[in-house]
Amino acid sequence: MSAADTEITMLIGKRWKKPPFIQRAWLRYGLLAGFVIYLIAAFLTIDVNWSRVYEGLERGKQFVLAFTNPDFTSRSSDIWSGMIESIVMTVASSVVGIAISIPIALGAARNIAPLPVYLICRSIIAISRALQEIIVAILLVAIFGFGPLAGFLTLSFASIGFLSKLLAEDIESMDRVQAEAIKASGARWTQWVNYGVQPQVMPRLIGLSIYRVDINFRESAILGLVGAGGIGATLNTSFDRYEYDTAAAILLIIIGIVMALEYISGVVRARVQ
Amino acid sequence: MLRLNKLTKTYKTGDQALKAVTLDIPEGQVLALIGPSGAGKSTLIRCINRLVDPTSGTVHLGDVELTGLSSSGLRRERRRMGMIFQEYALVERLTVMENVLSGRLGYVGFWRSFLRRFPQSDVDEAFRLLDRVGLAHMADKRADELSGGQRQRVGICRALIQNPALLLVDEPTASLDPKTSRQIMRLICELCRERGLAAIINIHDVALAQMFVQRVIGLRFGAVEFDGPPEGLTPDVLTTIYGEEDWEATIEKVEDDEDEVEAQ
Repeated sequence: MSAADTEITMLIGKRWKKPPFIQRAWLRYGLLAGFVIYLIAAFLTIDVNWSRVYEGLERGKQFVLAFTNPDFTSRSSDIWSGMIESIVMTVASSVVGIAISIPIALGAARNIAPLPVYLICRSIIAISRALQEIIVAILLVAIFGFGPLAGFLTLSFASIGFLSKLLAEDIESMDRVQAEAIKASGARWTQWVNYGVQPQVMPRLIGLSIYRVDINFRESAILGLVGAGGIGATLNTSFDRYEYDTAAAILLIIIGIVMALEYISGVVRARVQ
Repeated sequence: MLRLNKLTKTYKTGDQALKAVTLDIPEGQVLALIGPSGAGKSTLIRCINRLVDPTSGTVHLGDVELTGLSSSGLRRERRRMGMIFQEYALVERLTVMENVLSGRLGYVGFWRSFLRRFPQSDVDEAFRLLDRVGLAHMADKRADELSGGQRQRVGICRALIQNPALLLVDEPTASLDPKTSRQIMRLICELCRERGLAAIINIHDVALAQMFVQRVIGLRFGAVEFDGPPEGLTPDVLTTIYGEEDWEATIEKVEDDEDEVEAQ
């Protein structure tokens, strides 16, 4: 009793401070100093050719000014067909990507899948995520030739890594007891997934899917640069011809569509809660 | 009807949750399982329907030995054991009806359940049960729109629609207010009597247990310390189960409560 008393009298009137995240003071300040030194060193290595920048500003200005005067008409048929191709690529690759990523996500959730299945599915995800879209697109263009087929396959492949990983993480953080209750009724595995797991992860799956449609559309504009079809091909051509007004028109359309998708995804996500 | 023989569970961490528990429950008996937190009450219940696999020992439900069953055999036997959960464990984003019908999953095929095309007899039974607990008008509401007491009633319907021989009830009244707790306990016990079900009810509230059950098992550190009628829970017995504390108030309260219930 007396021990507790002396302790409390020692504590009263003393300032309280949150314990630091890194306990050892030398390590704490060492890390901070290292970070600052690295930052300064990194800035010192940046090498800017200011006269080149000065010249380039003029070209940049032209590009920006083109946005005030976009040309939708003179290449309208090219823009139209490129846009249709992009949209077809986006929709097809999203549908295929989502369909394939759902079973992979189930396999990649540690609380559902046995270890061997888990490892296989996680490796598929790792491969899909490690290979950047452009690299995959270059490879697939080499195999399948120029055109939207390569783009479609690239985007499907990339969607798998993205959706499976995030969906698997959502499955892993689901409420275990709800799923347990379904299991206790004697449900088979597929029924258990359908009743115990799916309802819990559905909002996330829908949100991610819409977000992936959005990403796929934007990527389809990039993939054209390496010959994988879509609006990107049209955009690339207009850049090559210095037709900044046509390029501006295409970019404005892309921005418009992405904004529309953003709005739709907001509405849908608010609905599915 | 249910027979546990030297049921033991040792977790991977080395914690021994159950130490050779032997128990015999006759047809239609409602039994309360009391004991401090961590005494192994939840583990005991989960070892029976094998949501947790026991380390050793056997469980007989009727003539069937449960611990050695294959996964399909286990599914068949789980249909005979309805489970009611702490915090209800309804699938929150499904409707009340879907939650109740999920109790039939062991009986219907995948596609029927996937398309929500349950046999008419199951749907009728679901409505009868929901009506019995006073929630028939809530069938199409989503489970997360319900209050705690209502959710637990849906949980009871889900367990009963399995047409079980045994109810496993895990802390049915935790997180419910005192009045709702009593209503839920009364409902569970009434339904057991109506249908001749045996039940194991894990419960923290000793007074509540004494009010409703015929037999009490006291568990401490995974071993049975007391097995007898509710009147046998004297201060000494409670001390052996829970440790030293003034128990007179708890027991007196029970008697007051009983008067009150009768007066209602």
